Amino acid sequence: MAILVNKDSKIIVQGITGTEGSFHAGQCLEYAGNVVGGVTPGKGGQTALDGKVPVFNTVQEARKEVGANVTLIFVPPPFAADAIMEAADAGIEVIVCITEGIPVDDMTKVFDFLKDKDSRLIGPNCPGLLTPDEAKVGIMPGFIAKKGRVGVISKSGTLTYEAVHQLVKEGLGQSTCVGIGGDPIIGTKMIDLLEMFENDSETDAIVMIGEIGGAMEIEAARYAKDHVTKPVIGFIAGQTAPPGRRMGHAGAIVSGADESAAAKMAIMRECGLHVVDSPAEIGKTVKAQLAVTA
Amino acid sequence: MKIHEYQAKKILKKYGITIQDGVLVDSLGDVDAALDQIEKEFSSKQFVVKAQIHAGGRGLGGGVKFSPDRESAKKNAEAILGMTLKTHQTVPEGQLVRKLMITEAVDIAKEYYLAITLDRETGQNVIMASTEGGMEIEEVAEKNPEKILKTWIKPGIGIQAFQTRQIAFGLGLEGEQLKAASKLIAKLYKCFVETDASIVEVNPLVVTDQGGVLALDAKFNFDTNALYRQKEILELRDVYEEDPTEVEASKSNLNYIKLDGNVGCMVNGAGLAMGTMDIIKLKGGEPANFLDVGGGANVDTVKNGFKIILSDKNVKAVLINIFGGIVRCDRVANGIIEAVKELDLSVPVVVRLEGTNADVAKELLANSGVAIIAADSIEDAAEKVVAAATA
Repeated sequence: MAILVNKDSKIIVQGITGTEGSFHAGQCLEYAGNVVGGVTPGKGGQTALDGKVPVFNTVQEARKEVGANVTLIFVPPPFAADAIMEAADAGIEVIVCITEGIPVDDMTKVFDFLKDKDSRLIGPNCPGLLTPDEAKVGIMPGFIAKKGRVGVISKSGTLTYEAVHQLVKEGLGQSTCVGIGGDPIIGTKMIDLLEMFENDSETDAIVMIGEIGGAMEIEAARYAKDHVTKPVIGFIAGQTAPPGRRMGHAGAIVSGADESAAAKMAIMRECGLHVVDSPAEIGKTVKAQLAVTA
Repeated sequence: MKIHEYQAKKILKKYGITIQDGVLVDSLGDVDAALDQIEKEFSSKQFVVKAQIHAGGRGLGGGVKFSPDRESAKKNAEAILGMTLKTHQTVPEGQLVRKLMITEAVDIAKEYYLAITLDRETGQNVIMASTEGGMEIEEVAEKNPEKILKTWIKPGIGIQAFQTRQIAFGLGLEGEQLKAASKLIAKLYKCFVETDASIVEVNPLVVTDQGGVLALDAKFNFDTNALYRQKEILELRDVYEEDPTEVEASKSNLNYIKLDGNVGCMVNGAGLAMGTMDIIKLKGGEPANFLDVGGGANVDTVKNGFKIILSDKNVKAVLINIFGGIVRCDRVANGIIEAVKELDLSVPVVVRLEGTNADVAKELLANSGVAIIAADSIEDAAEKVVAAATA
């Protein structure tokens, strides 16, 4: 089970012939062996990753020829929105977009385009997905994770690695790790993943790592209060961030009263989430909560 | 990316939006000619002298002055040009006023608020309008949220005439003003989309005694991701309005924001950088900065990072927290060793490296002979750096 991707996923990489695309496609193939091809318009018929996988001109073709149902996008920002829509149009089920720097106006169009499609978009500007031992669809370092029963949802890349590292140190593995991205418009929100992890029989607890800006964590916390029975352990990065200053991620800026870390943490606690003040407490708290529910 | 009022008004004018017009002045010697031009072109015998800085709240800070005649306009220009203007949005020391916009004076019958921005929840642009013009919109949102009309625009289809009418009627406008406001809203939306703005705010939008509808002030912020296709907008950047250290950092692809504390930090990834700042504070220290070295941390980025952190004289200790995914810790370690040797550091440096090649990196650091304090978890690192900063 796990969520979104597993050992049966058939992964293609859009932008596989680019420097980043080919490097990470190689890493994903090496990790679980389920990368089945790539797409670069104009390079159809060639092969990539030292001849290990075929390259197609279109996603449609890749879906037809090798049965792709998951795509990983490394296309440069000016062309990334187009790449996402191409994948959705071809009926790809899970679209993971790593590309950072896509104009917001392009993403409003993508968001609208996806509304009547069955595809699920993860990202953009995210580290992607990792179901330990089964599928790596993104740039998370596979070796830090371990197969297990904790679901991880995070807005941030390296902070996800930190959380995963702490879990492993506590002897806890992960069902799936999902980096949702820090842009103002993203395909999959925390609330969607809470629902998926709640319904996943292989997940016992959920780590939810947010940051300042937006209202996604609050929306997710309110949902969790009524719909999630598994323990949710939360952290919000940016308790020390001054209002009005954008902290790296395009979405990480406190522009309203309820977008600060303190406000989010308070509401998450009210909703019954186990919120830690320190990023060093994530692993320990998950372990403690699992002991309570066991 | 933000721009000045005079630049914003130029853009609005290009889109056929009526503005309170004026002349840009950057030296007192040009004031007379500017006043002549305003009298002639806009038939105005009264003037408004407006400081051109990016921060809001200029009026309250004394940077905007109504001037009933030429003499007072000159006096006000003298007072404002070159002043250090402090508002709730500037840095505490204030911002030097390098340019003035001297404008025609307008007989205001009523003020409104009009803005367009992205609504993250719906993924659509939203037009916000209010009869409470001239006020801080945050205040209106808090006290009288029902007074803000919101209209969402479907991407691809764009703004429709009925929506502009709804907004204008909603503001209580009628007759010629209703028509003029509806047109203005449509033009403003077109402008917002075509310039890849992330926010445009007209506050206030005014109806004049003569019945006209015009933009008295305008603020833009642009989507930095889209600047590659907005060459004309990019040219409007004014680096004098930005923190010089942050500008310098961005040249080295470093994302730096100066804060008030004394513990410098260098981290890869925005989320972990914020988390590191948070744990420094929890351990009793105060972070001196946010610094994300990004995914390409190598010898040069580490060196430049050190230089930028240490340009802040408040810094008493530095914490380097790198979780290597794509970034290889051994490369970062080499960067640290080289930088520490070359820069002759006078403050203690605590290093925590985890992830790809962390073991090799730890060995490199241990055998390098450079004086660094090794830490083996984020908690250990924060405790050690706070102790070092307060020692």
